[in-house]
Amino acid sequence: MTTAQMIFGRLTWDSFPWHEPIVVATFCAVVLGGAAVVAALTYFKLWGYLWKEWFTSVDHKKIGIMYMVLGLIMFLRGFADAVMMRLQQALAFNGSEGYLNAHHYDQVFTAHGVIMIFFVAMPFITGLMNYIVPLQIGARDVSFPFLNNFSFWMTTGGAVLVMASLFLGEFAQTGWLAYPPLSGIDYSPATGVDYYIWALQVAGVGTTLSGINLIATIVKMRAPGMSIMKMPVFTWTSLCANILIVASFPILTATLVLLSLDRYAGTNFFTNDFGGNPMMYVNLIWIWGHPEVYILILPLFGVFSEVTSTFSGKRLFGYTSMVYATCCIMVLSYLVWLHHFFTMGSGASVNSFFGITTMIISIPTGAKLFNWLFTMYRGRVRFELPMMWTVAFMLTFTIGGMTGVMLAVPPADFVLHNSLFLIAHFHNVIIGGVLFGLFAAINYWWPKAFGFKLNQFWGHVSFWCWQVGFWLAFTPLYILGFMGVTRRMRVFDDPSLQIYFVIAAIGAAIVAAGIGAMLVQFALSIWKRDELKVEGDPWNGRTLEWATSSPPPEYNFAFTPVVYDADSWADMKRHGYQRPLTGYQAIHMPSSTGTGVILAGLATVCGFALIWYMWWLAALSFVGMIGFAIFHTFNYKRDYYIPVEDVTRTEEERTRILAAGV
Amino acid sequence: MSSATATTEPRAYHLPEEPHLHEGHSTMLGFWMYLMSDCLIFAILFATYAVLGGNFAGGPGPKDLFDLPLIAINTAMLLFSSITYGFAMLAMEKNKVSATQGWLFVTLLFGGAFLFIELYEFSHLIHEGAGPGRSAFLSAFFTLVGTHGLHVTFGSIWLITLMVQVAKKGLIPANKRRLLCLSMFWHFLDVIWIGVFTFVYLMGVLR
Repeated sequence: MTTAQMIFGRLTWDSFPWHEPIVVATFCAVVLGGAAVVAALTYFKLWGYLWKEWFTSVDHKKIGIMYMVLGLIMFLRGFADAVMMRLQQALAFNGSEGYLNAHHYDQVFTAHGVIMIFFVAMPFITGLMNYIVPLQIGARDVSFPFLNNFSFWMTTGGAVLVMASLFLGEFAQTGWLAYPPLSGIDYSPATGVDYYIWALQVAGVGTTLSGINLIATIVKMRAPGMSIMKMPVFTWTSLCANILIVASFPILTATLVLLSLDRYAGTNFFTNDFGGNPMMYVNLIWIWGHPEVYILILPLFGVFSEVTSTFSGKRLFGYTSMVYATCCIMVLSYLVWLHHFFTMGSGASVNSFFGITTMIISIPTGAKLFNWLFTMYRGRVRFELPMMWTVAFMLTFTIGGMTGVMLAVPPADFVLHNSLFLIAHFHNVIIGGVLFGLFAAINYWWPKAFGFKLNQFWGHVSFWCWQVGFWLAFTPLYILGFMGVTRRMRVFDDPSLQIYFVIAAIGAAIVAAGIGAMLVQFALSIWKRDELKVEGDPWNGRTLEWATSSPPPEYNFAFTPVVYDADSWADMKRHGYQRPLTGYQAIHMPSSTGTGVILAGLATVCGFALIWYMWWLAALSFVGMIGFAIFHTFNYKRDYYIPVEDVTRTEEERTRILAAGV
Repeated sequence: MSSATATTEPRAYHLPEEPHLHEGHSTMLGFWMYLMSDCLIFAILFATYAVLGGNFAGGPGPKDLFDLPLIAINTAMLLFSSITYGFAMLAMEKNKVSATQGWLFVTLLFGGAFLFIELYEFSHLIHEGAGPGRSAFLSAFFTLVGTHGLHVTFGSIWLITLMVQVAKKGLIPANKRRLLCLSMFWHFLDVIWIGVFTFVYLMGVLR
């Protein structure tokens, strides 16, 4: 072993993908763009502000916004991967190899899946829950504010590792769940799968901890009077999603530990020799993976409930059944994992069991859909942007759900397994459910977070581009799936299929226009924010988050609210609630800390070192992490009081604004 | 709803006094949830052992490898450490700093003895050519038992940290809370070990 190998492990000059012009061009763009951002931040002297007010903040609202920014950035990356795949598949006909070689293309589809699930959908829903849940339950922050900041930075650390793989080494070429033996050391000896493992492990710690944090918050910190059946539905679905997180992410962690032991320590869990069993991995990863998709969709079910009832001007129809349906889905999500591999050969009885449990899930989900429809029935429906996304969700998701029930039938699944029909199905529910839900949520709660509404025109443009683009992109995939075309193909022999891929590529282009319109919507709204300014309650909301100002002060509520009804803010308005103008008190709050950034930074370095076999650096950063964590526990002073003068000043300012508004 | 329908009597919609949530109000609940998530990791390792534990790949099996008297001593070390941690908690409840520290130290010694015996067992197995790479059975065995041992190691580091903190600050509420968390962690590891002892060692030799 040379000295260079001791220091840099297997990282060499050749690890940089010089021979990939697409990657080199991307790298140059990223470096230039990154340098421009760093220069701008330095020029405008914003580093101190960012560090003090954002990076080290333990305020659940700021952490929530940072999660959303992370999700948005990664969404652009993940979508770029999608466009590359659509383009490749539209081109690679009639002997053409397309423009991506196999090595690159396999990384692209793996990265697309990993990024969209772990670093787009997860940060988005975690950010939403982080921002909204404490406000909805009348709390000042979460149960463990420091842990919250740490969780965010761990998620970011995982995202950094995935992004690093683009320019340093390679990413996994295994598909987003990295099945062995392909992901084993024999078939994937390079860094790709290691990037996959450590990115998910670092981010997974953050996700598990934020799950624990939000459950504790919801259980322990609800405002007086808010019994469990008076919680807003979004809080309910968040509770269930977080229970799923805590009860499923450890499974992912353990499974990836076993895979990494196979790769690093020469064990034989999932190998083909020495008694290993690759299907064990497939079972374990889906025991995590199926609950995961419900982790993603449940909070958005909550969003749709809030939006439907707010914009129908009515109490939610069937609150109790909604809660029970959510809980049923939560439990059932653990009993269906095998439907992802009916073709494993587990036999008719096992497949029947999992087929039936899968179909049963459509019952509580259907109940939810009817609840939303009955909420709208005889309501005064206002078709604002959040409501438009909700209606689009109902239509899209229902179709996606029905194709899901088709796949739940084992004999049908034997035909459709791993075909583009499956791809169309899960994009149908994830885009139609999770993404549309996020867009509804962003349009709905943006004024809450920033104090101004989003521009409607560009919102409409984005909405319609998404609807048209989505169906253009995925209907052809349904058809191709029926024809037996399998997923992850790079080149095609049959020229008659090309037209479908061209249509799908046009669909992707229209979706791209939708995303562009959304960015324009954000930028224009921020630019013209004074014209779009709103007071605390722009939508005539019904739940507690609308009771305080928009954006809320850092302490959320000057006085701890008392709750009598599930729609507590609607109830307060009905009873002619008057905002108290005197009697403010000092408010107890947690202090900011840089520990989360440092610990997550060390964890990311440790992951990077393990990927590249830089053992000294891995050991050093790991010991540093433990040492710094211990050091942090010697700090007993972690809170402070917002002085009563500051509270009074903030609240009097709001009184003035309210008076001016009337 | 518009305010025109405000018919019912006014209600108190906020607390006049700030309710004082005591520090660490959620810690025990949060730590319980952490323990349950950790329990799931062990559940997966147990399940993996259950599935792969019979795949010897022509190599040695439990009967050839496990030395039950040694494991019995090892088990005794861990169980004693749990009892002595219990004594430390009783002393803590009575606010006796030095008794608490003394029992914590005894716990640490028992924990160290457990780890020492486990490492001896592991090195012995590896020297016999029964390392974790030999068969899926041994991979699952080393990972399950080793993960437990790793937990005891980190528990011991935590224990030392808390002893230093108790020495510096005494039995203040924050330190008591931390000692209670470690107590739950320590007993949890005991429960896991009972599972390992029964499921892996005893049943392995019986099979």
